Amino acid sequence: MSKYVITQDQRRCIGCLACIVHCKVENNVGKGAKFCDILPVGPKDINGVPRILFVYINCFHCEEAFCMKACPTGAMTRRSQDGIVFVKDELCIGCKSCMKACPWGIPQWNEETGKVFKCHLCKHRIDKGEKPACVEGCTTSCLTFTVPEDATHKVRKDYAERIAENLRAMLW
Amino acid sequence: MAEKRVVYSLCCMCSGRCPIMVEVEDGVIRHIWGNPHVFGAKSLCPRGAAGVAFEYDNERPQYPMIRDGERGSGKWRRVSWDEALDFIAEKLKRIIETHGAKAIALSDRGGPHTELHKLFLRAVGSPNYFTHHATCSNSALNALMSIAGYAGDTVGYDYRNCKYLVVFGRNLLESLITGEARNVIEMINSGGKLVYIDVRWTYTASKAYKFFLINPGTDYALALALINYIINNQLYDVEFVNKHVVGLDYLRSFVQPYNPEWAEKETGIPAEEIKKIAIEASEAKPAVIFHPGWMTAWNEQDFYLRRAIYALNALMGSYEAKGGIFVAKGAGDAGYKIKQPTSLAPKVTEERCDGAGTKYPWIRAQWGLLQVLPEVIETGKPYPIKAYIAMRHDPLASMPDPDVWIRAFEKLDLLVAIDVNWSWTSWYADVILPEATYLERTDNVIVRRGLRPQLALRQKVIEPRFDARSRFQIFKALAERLGKGEYFPWKDEIEMVNWQLEGTGFKFEDFSKKGIIDLTNEPIWYDRNNLKFDTPSGKIEFYSETLEKAGIPSFAPYHSPTKPPEGSLRLISGKVAVHTQGRTTSNNPILNELCPENHLYIHPSFAKKMGIKDGDLVEISADGVVEQIRVRVSPYVHPEIAFMLHGFGDAVQVRTRSFGKGANDVRLMKGKLKVAVGGNCPLFETFVTLRKI
Repeated sequence: MSKYVITQDQRRCIGCLACIVHCKVENNVGKGAKFCDILPVGPKDINGVPRILFVYINCFHCEEAFCMKACPTGAMTRRSQDGIVFVKDELCIGCKSCMKACPWGIPQWNEETGKVFKCHLCKHRIDKGEKPACVEGCTTSCLTFTVPEDATHKVRKDYAERIAENLRAMLW
Repeated sequence: MAEKRVVYSLCCMCSGRCPIMVEVEDGVIRHIWGNPHVFGAKSLCPRGAAGVAFEYDNERPQYPMIRDGERGSGKWRRVSWDEALDFIAEKLKRIIETHGAKAIALSDRGGPHTELHKLFLRAVGSPNYFTHHATCSNSALNALMSIAGYAGDTVGYDYRNCKYLVVFGRNLLESLITGEARNVIEMINSGGKLVYIDVRWTYTASKAYKFFLINPGTDYALALALINYIINNQLYDVEFVNKHVVGLDYLRSFVQPYNPEWAEKETGIPAEEIKKIAIEASEAKPAVIFHPGWMTAWNEQDFYLRRAIYALNALMGSYEAKGGIFVAKGAGDAGYKIKQPTSLAPKVTEERCDGAGTKYPWIRAQWGLLQVLPEVIETGKPYPIKAYIAMRHDPLASMPDPDVWIRAFEKLDLLVAIDVNWSWTSWYADVILPEATYLERTDNVIVRRGLRPQLALRQKVIEPRFDARSRFQIFKALAERLGKGEYFPWKDEIEMVNWQLEGTGFKFEDFSKKGIIDLTNEPIWYDRNNLKFDTPSGKIEFYSETLEKAGIPSFAPYHSPTKPPEGSLRLISGKVAVHTQGRTTSNNPILNELCPENHLYIHPSFAKKMGIKDGDLVEISADGVVEQIRVRVSPYVHPEIAFMLHGFGDAVQVRTRSFGKGANDVRLMKGKLKVAVGGNCPLFETFVTLRKI
C-alpha cells in the first residue's frame, strides 16, 4: 500500500465527473481510458427519497500488487519512497497481463502508445507538494488526499461529533 | 527549463463565468483550475476543466469565411479579415441607407460580457438587441422586475446560511455552477434542508431532504397552495410584509380557492406534505429560499409561477435576510464607479421590432423577445429586419422551430455568425467570423455582484491558435468601417479596461495577483427596515398597477395543464454536469467521451403499454418533426413525460464527434416560437409520440 490514500465524502459528491476530467487533462489520458472513475450505483429508496451512491475508484496502490506480480518485464513498478505503483513506459511491452490480473480493472490501455498506463496519484504533482488532480479540481471538495492515519482519525472525529450531536439532542 | 506561468481569468464553457486559474507551460495551456482566491480551493466543474480540450480542438472555424454556395451547403471560401469586414460593412451600409439602422438585429447569450455588442448596436443606431433569454430566464427575470424591480443578476442566494431551500425543478447539482454547487452542498452538510420538486428524479433530488415528483405543469398550483396556507395561517413574516409589501389583501383573496387539498388533486403532492413545507419554511424564516429557477421557459403560466415564488420569499421575509435572497451589491454599493463601454453611445430611442416594452409593456427590452424575430424578418412587420448578427449564439440549435428560422434567413440581406464554434446558424451564414476563444482574448471588466462585490476580468492567456480575433477587435473594426469609430476610442482591450477602471485607483495589472479585485472586505447588507424596491410603490408588489394597467392581472387564475393525448408524452429537456451548453460542450473531446449522446427517459408504465424496451431505438415525433433516439426505461420520471438532455442531435457535420448523435429537443418543440406572458417560449408544452424502429 502506498503511504497515501484518497477518501471520498459521499455526502458532498454530486457525481459531476470533474475528477475524471481533471485527471484526463493533467495526465493526457486519451479517449477510452480513465485513471480514476465515478460509478453511480442506484438510486435506491432511503427514507422516502431515491438516493444514489457515486463510487469513486482509483488505484489502491496495493502492497501485494496483482499487477506487479503479473507483469513479465518489470514495467509495473513501485516507488520505494512512498509505494506508488506506476508503469515504466520504456519496459512495458503491451501484453496486458496486468489488466487481466487487477481485480479492480485499474490498468488502462493507451491506444496511442500500445502500452498500459494507469493512475500514479499524479506523482509529479505530489513531488511538488501538490495534490492529485482529481482531488485538487473536485467541484465540491468531496475528495481528500491524505495518509491512512489522518483518514481514520477524521472518521473517528466525525463519528464523535455525530455522537455529541445526538447527546445534545438527548440531554438538552 | 520550461517557462511556467499562471493566468487568472474567467471561464466561458457555460454562462457561469467562474473565476479560473490557468497554468501555462511554454505557451501551452496545461490545466485550468478554479480560482482558489474565490473558491478557497482549485475546484472547477467538468466543463471548466475540459476547457483545455476545447482550446486544442481543431473542429472550430479557423479563419474568416464568406459563403460560396447555397445557404446550408457548407461551401465557403477563406478570406482575409479585411475582406470579410469590408463585405459586412458594405452590406450594412446599404441596409442602413435603404431601411435605416434599425434593420440590423443582433442576438447573444446575455450577461455582462455583451457590452461591446450593445455598444456597436447603439453606435450604429439600432434598438434591436436580443438575448437568448426567450428560451432561458425571461419569465423569471420579468417576474422579478414586476414584483420587486430587481433584474435577475441583481439578486443572489445566501445558500450557506440558508436553513430551508425549496426548489422547483432547478437542478442545482447537475446543471451546475461551481460556486453555487459548493454552497448548496455546504448548506446541506451543515443541516440546511433542501426540498426538491421536479417532474423527474435528478442528482439534486438524491441530496434532498424531501423530493416530490410533481404532475407536469402544475408547479403554479403548488406555489398558490403554499401561499394560501401561509397567509391563512399567519405563517408569514408579519413585520416584513407590513413594511415592504403592497397587495397582501389582494393576494389573500386571490389564493382562497387554491388550498392544499385542491392542490393535492392538481399536483399529486399530498395536502399534508404541502402544509408541512409551509410550516417548516415558516419555522426557518427568514433563512429561507424559494428558488425562482434559471431556465424558466416551461409553459404559458411561467410568469405567474415565478411571481408566486418571489411572493413566497417576500412572505418569508427572506429578502435581504441572512440565509435568504439578497440584493446582489454592485460596485456602487462599495463606493466605486466602473465605467461601462455602452455609456459612450446614446441610448437608441427608436421602437424595437419585437414589442418588448411597448406592445408588451411589462417585458423588458434588455432581454428582448427573440422568438418574434423570425416572423419580423419574414413579414417585414412592424418594419424590415435585413441584417442579423448571431454573436456567439446559435438560435437554430437553441430556439424552437429551426425550419422557421431557416426560412426567415432567406429574407435577410446579411447573416453573420461570430463564434468560437461551428454553430448550426453559422452553417447558414453569409459570413463566419471566428472569435478568439475565452482563453485567447481579453473582455471588458465585469462586476461580480454579490454580498462582497468584486471586479473580475477575462484575460488573454495565449495568442489565438488560428486566424481569430477578439470581439473587441471585431466590433471596433466594424464600427470604424461604418464611420462610428469614435465610440470605440481605445487602441486595444487593455486600454479599454484601464478606461473602465479610471477613478477607482485600480489598473489592468491589478488583476494579475488574484484574478479578482475585492471592492469590500465585509459583506454589504442593506438595512432591512429601510429597503427600497425599484417598483412604482417602492415596495414588493403582489398587486401591480403596472401589470393591471397593461391589461394583465397581477396573478392570473390557475389553469390545469392539458394532459398528453392518449399514446403521447410531454417532452421535457434538461442538463447534466458535463453538458449544459450544446454548442460548446457536446463536441468537446473529453465531455463528448463522457456523455456522447442523449437518451429518452420514459416511465415503465408507458413503455409497457407501447411495447418499448430499455435500449430500443425509437422515432420520436411532434407535429411532423421526427428524430431518432434510444430509450431508457426508468421509474424515476413522471409517467406523463419523455425526458432528454438538451443540445444533442447536432446537424453540423464538421463537428464529427457530436454530429448526428441523439435527438434534438428544440427541433421537436414545433410551434413554440410564442410569447408567453413572461416573454418566454412555452417549450414544455410539446407532446410527442414514439414508434419503435
